[in-house]
Amino acid sequence: MSSVLYDTPGPRAKRRNVVYTIAFVAVLALVAWWVLAALNDKHQLDADKWSPFVTDSEVWTTYLLPGLTETLKAAALAIVIALPLGAALGIGRLSDHRWVRVPVGVLVEFFRAIPVLLLMMFASALYREFTTVSSDFRPMYSVVTGLVLYNASVIAEVVRAGVLSLPRGQGDAAVALGMRKGQTMLYVLLPQAVTVMLPALVSQLVVIVKDTALGGALLGFEDLLSQNRQITANYGSNTIATLTVIALIYIALNFLLTTFASRLEQRLRRGRKSPSATLPAQAGAPEAKPEAVSGA
Amino acid sequence: MKLRSVSAAAAAAVVLALTATACGGGSDSGSNGDKINIGIKFDQPGLGLKTPDGTYAGFDVDVAKYVAKELGYSEDKINWKQAPSAERENLIKNGDVKFVVASYSINDKRKKEVDFAGPYFLTHQDLLVRADDNTITKVEDLNSKKLCSVTGSTSAQNVKEKLAPKANLQQLGGYSECLTGLENKAVDALTTDASILAGYAAQKENQGKFKLVGLKMSDENYGIGLKKGDDELRGKINKALEKMVSDGTWEKLVKEHFGPSGYKYEPAPKVQN
Amino acid sequence: MFDFLDSGQYDLLGAFWVTAQLALYSAIGSLVWGTALVAMRVSPVPLMRGFATAYVNVVRNTPLTVVLVACLLGLNQTLGVSLGADRFEDIGFRLAVLGLVAYTGTFVCEALRSGINTVPPGQAEAARALGLSFTQVLRLVVLPQAFRAAVTPLANVLIALTKNTTVAAAIGAAEASLLMKTMMENETDALFTVFAVFAFGFIVLTLPTGLILGWAAKRLAVKR
Repeated sequence: MSSVLYDTPGPRAKRRNVVYTIAFVAVLALVAWWVLAALNDKHQLDADKWSPFVTDSEVWTTYLLPGLTETLKAAALAIVIALPLGAALGIGRLSDHRWVRVPVGVLVEFFRAIPVLLLMMFASALYREFTTVSSDFRPMYSVVTGLVLYNASVIAEVVRAGVLSLPRGQGDAAVALGMRKGQTMLYVLLPQAVTVMLPALVSQLVVIVKDTALGGALLGFEDLLSQNRQITANYGSNTIATLTVIALIYIALNFLLTTFASRLEQRLRRGRKSPSATLPAQAGAPEAKPEAVSGA
Repeated sequence: MKLRSVSAAAAAAVVLALTATACGGGSDSGSNGDKINIGIKFDQPGLGLKTPDGTYAGFDVDVAKYVAKELGYSEDKINWKQAPSAERENLIKNGDVKFVVASYSINDKRKKEVDFAGPYFLTHQDLLVRADDNTITKVEDLNSKKLCSVTGSTSAQNVKEKLAPKANLQQLGGYSECLTGLENKAVDALTTDASILAGYAAQKENQGKFKLVGLKMSDENYGIGLKKGDDELRGKINKALEKMVSDGTWEKLVKEHFGPSGYKYEPAPKVQN
Repeated sequence: MFDFLDSGQYDLLGAFWVTAQLALYSAIGSLVWGTALVAMRVSPVPLMRGFATAYVNVVRNTPLTVVLVACLLGLNQTLGVSLGADRFEDIGFRLAVLGLVAYTGTFVCEALRSGINTVPPGQAEAARALGLSFTQVLRLVVLPQAFRAAVTPLANVLIALTKNTTVAAAIGAAEASLLMKTMMENETDALFTVFAVFAFGFIVLTLPTGLILGWAAKRLAVKR
């Protein structure tokens, strides 16, 4: 698309682009130089602040990897519980019965409007006051509860949009074959909707992974981010080095998930071409990921 | 019918995950079988710190080990549990731990919820400043300074309400965050119990960088928190603490953990029975 | 049941005011930064395109919590950046705005890019045929249409941003979620009321945004 916006550069445009490139490099270099000089000035680039991550395997085995495990555990639990719950809510919202459709709709809209952090804090307070969940697990439970409530309602919308994006004829044909409503949904509509939804669901996983960090910062969850405090307490305030390593792990993890999502999307789009009757191109696609932006 | 197997797998995963996490919540008496659960801090050098090799080190840790030994539990029978400040009462009340040794000051509000053995250490709220900074000598000096402490800590409230209401107080999630700011001159002083500050100052990476001012802005008597009404355990712990002082272990431990910082500690407080 | 509301002990309105301000300043900043990013992303200079793409991919995959904590511990505590503020309450607020802009800008960029993709190629081709330069094509022809097509995704970004302001609690900005945390620790017998009050507050903040911008999206949609 972008190539439509400008002509193929001629000699003058090429020269101008070179000037722009040089100016841009100069600005970037200036910023980088300022940051590095300031860091160096504060002794944050000293080798002994960074070397533990390379030379000392214990910093990985004692802090980073256990923290990453907790992060992944919470994210996996959240998606595994939220998926069936969200599917149920999404189907409930499509119900023919008003008394199912309306309350489910209210529930979904409510949990979508509340910041996930508030849900986590509320869950944490509830577990503290009304249950005997041991304090080892309470942060994890709170984080997972908050993530499930929020993401189930997001997934409900994805499922609903996915089903609605299917051509009417699919449902009508199922009815004509004498299928009951449940059968129509389970055997005809959902299997097709799943292929439309999958990329949106995988990118929702990125949102979930990112949101687990909230628990680490504010609810005492022993996740990857929370290892920052213990590492800096042991290795002489190497805050910059530790945060950089932690951020890189998050980025690598989410980058893998994002790449997986776009691969999946391409593959599905290719697969969709042959039985072209099933889906009009991209019908519900923008609708199918209503919340891809959200999350912290 | 691919969907059916997918949903079956998902349901199985949910059940598995739930049982896997539920297993941990089992112990109710604070000691399962022949093990004993003890609550300590994981992130306070000098008092209770999880070290890179996965073991725990600090004054509180050694006190806990001594007491546990007197109660009949050798070192390998101890399950260490993290006891963050806000969680200590809950841990004790829920029976997750037998007792808590985690820079736990005895005060009336806490006494309503838990019982204390000890005290085993007396310290004061103090200031940590950069070693070359001589501009803070008394409490009033703080009103024009940038001060750092941990969110919701008694030290932070003390500063805001009594000591220096005009001080520019930053509240962060942990002391090591404050230390970064102190080292880089984003803040001028870090305030909390002198024992905690001494632990940071004594770390080998920090030696020579910071010093304690030596102000006694409050009295903090560290006790060992335990379940309310468990007088038998309380008596046993108190006896262990008395023995620890009389056989010279107390002196040895204090020297070992607080010596390098030049912190002038108080003599052992008298155990209150 | 609601007695803690008028006891004067908690400044509920004050906290929500901070939340609203955070959202407003961050929204303006993100719009500017996101537009700049998208301009770089479609520009003829390969290096700018590369920079914008890399920036968007890296920041979008970083948890906002990490971005904000890095602003506090990296920029402020280590490098001494205080953004012209003196009291720590103000520093926390300004750093939170900076972090939110850096993070949300990437989503604005993506929303605008999808908006640009809805503009038929003929529009840009016609503009080029008239002899307009790249900046003119972007400024006069493509972006105005892209913005109108991007109202709905931008509204979603704004709603997400409003909810994301709660993350600023991680660096001590005195906004709503931090107050809720304190209240939940002190008012243990009124947990449900406290939650209901704060949930209501956020619904009040986000619902009109969705409705108004949904209406605007219909009005502004480019008829083709």
